[in-house]
Amino acid sequence: MRLLKKQYLRSLLAVLLVMAAFSLSGCDMFDKEEEDGDNVLYVYSWGDYLSEDVIKQFEEETGIKVVLDEYDTNESMYPRIAEGAEAYDVLCPSDYMIDKLIHNNLIQPLDYNKLPQAKANISKDFFEQAKAFDREGCYTVPYCWGTVGIMYNTKLVNEPVDSWQILWQEKYRDSILMQDSARDAIMVPLKILGYSMNTTNQAELEAARDMLIAQKPLVQAYGVDDIRDKLSSGEAALGVIFSGEAINLMKSNPDLRFQPAPKEGTNVWIDGWVIPKNARHVENAHKFIDFMCRPDIAAANFEELGYSTPNTTVREQVEEDLGEYVDVAFPPENVYKGQESYSYLGEALDKLYTKLWLQVKVN
Amino acid sequence: MNERLSSQRFLALPFGLWAALFIVLPLFFVLWNGLTDGAGSFTLENIQTVLQWEYLKALGLSVELALISTVICLVMAYPLCLILRERRENLGILVFVLFLLPLWMNSLLTTMAWQTILEKHGLINMFLTWLGLPAVQIINTPLAIIIGMVYNFLPYMVLPLYVALNRIDDSIIEAARDLGANHYQTLKRVLLPLSMPGIISGSTMVFIPALTTFVISALLGGNKVLLVGNIIEQEFTAAYDWQLGSALSMVLMVFIILNILLEAFTEKEERHQVEKGRP
Repeated sequence: MRLLKKQYLRSLLAVLLVMAAFSLSGCDMFDKEEEDGDNVLYVYSWGDYLSEDVIKQFEEETGIKVVLDEYDTNESMYPRIAEGAEAYDVLCPSDYMIDKLIHNNLIQPLDYNKLPQAKANISKDFFEQAKAFDREGCYTVPYCWGTVGIMYNTKLVNEPVDSWQILWQEKYRDSILMQDSARDAIMVPLKILGYSMNTTNQAELEAARDMLIAQKPLVQAYGVDDIRDKLSSGEAALGVIFSGEAINLMKSNPDLRFQPAPKEGTNVWIDGWVIPKNARHVENAHKFIDFMCRPDIAAANFEELGYSTPNTTVREQVEEDLGEYVDVAFPPENVYKGQESYSYLGEALDKLYTKLWLQVKVN
Repeated sequence: MNERLSSQRFLALPFGLWAALFIVLPLFFVLWNGLTDGAGSFTLENIQTVLQWEYLKALGLSVELALISTVICLVMAYPLCLILRERRENLGILVFVLFLLPLWMNSLLTTMAWQTILEKHGLINMFLTWLGLPAVQIINTPLAIIIGMVYNFLPYMVLPLYVALNRIDDSIIEAARDLGANHYQTLKRVLLPLSMPGIISGSTMVFIPALTTFVISALLGGNKVLLVGNIIEQEFTAAYDWQLGSALSMVLMVFIILNILLEAFTEKEERHQVEKGRP
């Protein structure tokens, strides 16, 4: 009898659960239908790359509902766009990836007449710089930028750091951190050797590889995010990092200093807004991109995230708060002018890069 | 009888479906990717690529480190399980549970803990400097990876060994003693052969995850020591070359299948001997 009761209770519970699930998913379906109307925008961007308040403000001002998905590498974003599995309206890839998307006919030209804020506030220098990957200058609006530089610990490094060569010095054995990605790693010796970081010359690339192999015994580790922790804790003396991470690192450990552009030259990276070919809300996408270029919005994004912005109106708004870090956040012209940005080199070169990097790693 | 069979079949249906959907089908995808080019036509190019020296070198290193870890695990676990066999009361179970404890924690967490132990300014080196001794360089070397593997996979060796040794009847050992065998002879001629199934399955359970790991080598090797698992991960995530990644997985599977065949073979041999011994 007791058993029966128990079973009865159990099945009742099951029915209730199923009903709850249905009513929930029912709500979801209802929402989706509403979303599929005109006033939605599907954004696919880097993780932690947009202030939540800014998105809320955009929704309030325009009545457009934003659905935000995030990725953590360009490479994990690409297949989802290439396979067209999801129809996003706005993306924020990096330079060479924008080039690849253009090359494979996956994004559409922007209508700059619908982007007055972008025209007014985004520095001409950066539209010019973006031509390294957006050759016709009609696919992208730069959103964030930075350089690849050397972060060093002044307690462990007692000399000026102005050259990539310091990463090949025997006295820093086991204290050097390098980027664990083929292009960012190979870029460094290419610049030391005086070659372009977009070279397609196999001999030049092999020379760069040989330098990396020679450097390997001195390297403590190849990393991506872990480079930050190891520099911050003083585990390493020198590390190759992206300038966007510099301010937070220097705040976490006051012994750290940043060289944004070693004298041999470095990479200027740009992440920009683009609209995929299969976007369903092109109008809204333009509104969103233009909104991001508004002075108050760009400043809000900057204050929360700390990445250098090509928006010329931001510096004066936030200069006071930044204090000594202002030159790190807004590198002067001589830091970025004349530097190269990555362009897409094609599938064959991609494979060559992967292979050369593998040869360094197994050595 | 027939009815029972059909109801058995019915009960096996979920597992059959599971196996088909989540084991056989993915395996087929790997084979498909490994043996075709991007456009979907048959090619052996991927296999040829992964047989170049860069890949073989990483494969060789993976096999080497996995073998060393397996041997260390075996050498550590066997005496322990012998001791545990002797004392089956509460203490034995307590020690046994202690050795399985690392399994309850996320392996990523335990591996990161090892990072802070082995680091340049980690616990070991802090202790050594405190004693006035020179610091040692362990992190980002193959040794650090072996330590991580042994720590993470030791429970998989202890478990089958403990079971195998505990299954041996005390009277068999007493008989060996009665017939004049000393400790060493009992171990070599009675305990070792009888616990062979445990040794083999324990070794397999350590060797295979050690061969395929990429987390341990990434965290404790500083990405400087490249194992096959790391290359496969890179091919799938960074290089977006699923064909090459799959081909590499296929080569790895050859090793795993060899290992499993060895296990199956020795088990069959075992059963054969048992049957022969029983007239």
